[in-house]
Amino acid sequence: MAEIQIVNAVKRFGKFVAIDDVSLTIHDREFMVLLGPSGCGKTTLLRAVAGLGMLDEGYILIGDQNVTYLPPKERKISMVFQNYAIFPHMTVFDNIAFGLKMQKASKQVIKERVENAAHLLHIEAMLDRYPGAMSGGQRQRVAVARAIAYDAQVLLMDEPLSNLDALLRLEMRAELKALLSRLNVTTIYVTHDQIEALSMGDRIAVMQSGKIIQVDSPTRVYDSPADRFIGSFIGNPPMNFLRGQVQTENGQVKVKIGDLMVTPSLEMQAPLRAYDGKLIYVGIRAENMEALPEAADDTLPVTVEVVEPLGAQNLLTIIIGLETIKVSTHPDFPVRAGGSLWLRFPVPKIRWIDYETGKAITPDLQQVLA
Amino acid sequence: MNQTTGVITSLSQQEFQAQHRRSRMRHTMRRGGIYLLAIGLAVWILLPIVLIGSMAFSTPADVRAFPKQIIPDPISGETMNFFLNTEGILRATGNSIVVAVLALLISTVLAVPAGYAIARYLFRGRDLIRLGILSVRAFPIVVLAVPLAVVFIQLGMFDQVYSLALMHAALTLPTTILVVASVFTSVPYELEEAALVFGCTRLQAFWRIVLPLSIPGIAASAILTFVLSWNEVFAAILLTITNRTLPAQILYTLDKSGDPFKFAGGFFMLVPSLIFIFFIRRYLFSMWGQLNK
Ligand SMILES: Nc1ncnc2c1ncn2[C@@H]1O[C@H](COP(=O)(O)OP(=O)(O)OP(=O)(O)O)[C@@H](O)[C@H]1O
Ligand SMILES: [Mg+2]
Repeated sequence: MAEIQIVNAVKRFGKFVAIDDVSLTIHDREFMVLLGPSGCGKTTLLRAVAGLGMLDEGYILIGDQNVTYLPPKERKISMVFQNYAIFPHMTVFDNIAFGLKMQKASKQVIKERVENAAHLLHIEAMLDRYPGAMSGGQRQRVAVARAIAYDAQVLLMDEPLSNLDALLRLEMRAELKALLSRLNVTTIYVTHDQIEALSMGDRIAVMQSGKIIQVDSPTRVYDSPADRFIGSFIGNPPMNFLRGQVQTENGQVKVKIGDLMVTPSLEMQAPLRAYDGKLIYVGIRAENMEALPEAADDTLPVTVEVVEPLGAQNLLTIIIGLETIKVSTHPDFPVRAGGSLWLRFPVPKIRWIDYETGKAITPDLQQVLA
Repeated sequence: MNQTTGVITSLSQQEFQAQHRRSRMRHTMRRGGIYLLAIGLAVWILLPIVLIGSMAFSTPADVRAFPKQIIPDPISGETMNFFLNTEGILRATGNSIVVAVLALLISTVLAVPAGYAIARYLFRGRDLIRLGILSVRAFPIVVLAVPLAVVFIQLGMFDQVYSLALMHAALTLPTTILVVASVFTSVPYELEEAALVFGCTRLQAFWRIVLPLSIPGIAASAILTFVLSWNEVFAAILLTITNRTLPAQILYTLDKSGDPFKFAGGFFMLVPSLIFIFFIRRYLFSMWGQLNK
């Protein structure tokens, strides 16, 4: 059992607050991804869990044990460092075996585990080399191999694939995920690559400026971002945000996008009523809009500025009023730059967002249940 | 076959070839300049050593003759023999070795923990301590040695080999500490953290990671201590009478002896340092290529 609980964690560097009252629970054997832009505090949080750099406030529990003040070696953790931190005076074999030797594992166990890990990371031919004679990507794989060879309950990984080429990364992503589901470890995986986060995580914790702003499954984070920042940070292209005006017609709340009136779903009626007469953002993903070649009911006529064929889809750049949005269509959809088409906004796919705070407007659960 | 078949430029073949030749010439000349400089430096350092060495193995008559020979002819052990058989020289050599090794051990054993603390811990008064360490070095030996001799006499440590070793250790300690500290600073702290994560205590992390990576630097500072102690005369003369070290002994007998003795002595002073550096030199070069990127 190795559930990780981070409770009201605060970490300061001088006056600068790097971790700002973060609480997060990672279930036993869960694969939790910490996702966020550079400098948001991912490494700092991970290091706090590892016991490198004590928290200023708050607690960390691993499997019911309060480890807040325990040294790293007593936390039953293993870690991949962002800068690898592999030992330059040891061969690759000795690097990977280091932790096992410290645990006094038998020679045979060491050999077996080292070879397994090396095999998985495609470095079995380099076991006798010194790190000085390896490329950055190869060193990174040594760091990952060392972490998975070590016998631990918790695996902390700080951007472990960041230095691999695209193809190898794709392959390692799948292999690592398969491997970790076989090992009985709880994983915290730091990345700023949103594709990695979406494809690997059981859940994603999105961080921004030292705070965790959403913890959800990859689908939830992608489809229902908690705010504008997450919507534009996750997904390629980022989520579109169009200005919309809330109006009431015959007691029904509607949102006007350009000349198009959209009627929000039933549970959104009440929360949106508070915005009557005000501007809001309408968030919608590029692939969630329906593009039609000719006019139809409930559609918005638009002109296409740019067409980018991406192989599996065509990405269109479209200007609506003052705003530029991206729409993706099937590659066979007949369109050319300068041509026009008609857009439909499927209501269930829309995320309504407060114009001022940038936070998603969500149905009041109490009211929905009542 | 024309070598430049594949090269496409706006220049004609001839122009391109000429330009290529010119730039290769420049490259060669730059390299040549660096080699010349290196050779000049090596000669500058080596010439006196060679001269002393060759004199030491010439006959006393050849030593006094002019012009001097570079390669001794005939080679003779007479000069060296005379020197070594001079009263007190062998004993002084033994003393010198003991003092230098002791000073090296004391200074290194003290400097490693001190240097580590300065390199890794942000403790109160760290800068003050660093300054304090340096200021010891600012005292001239003359000022230190006389009161020290008095204290040593009071404590019954006067004219002892180990008390001179203590003195030499004290003289080199400041430099050693600062050198060792900077060596430790250059070992990335993350390596230590990785060791902590993978099951080490702080002491184990130091022993298994930091120390092996710092050996070249520590060896360098050890050489410094050894050589300094080996050559140091002033304190040696003041603090010992019967237990003279080699330089003190040579200095003591210098005015009573001729050129052959001086050359032989000079050569004999040189050799141990050279041998010591020869054995320790591999630690001076990092054995694992680039330490970190
Ligand atoms: N030792 C330190 N002293 C002062 N500030 C620090 C220290 N370590 C980190 N910070 C600051 O804390 C913030 C978070 O740093 P952290 O390394 O956790 O970022 P990160 O999310 O891991 O970024 P990246 O994706 O670039 O690795 C940064 O703004 C950084 O400047
Ligand atoms: Mg980081």
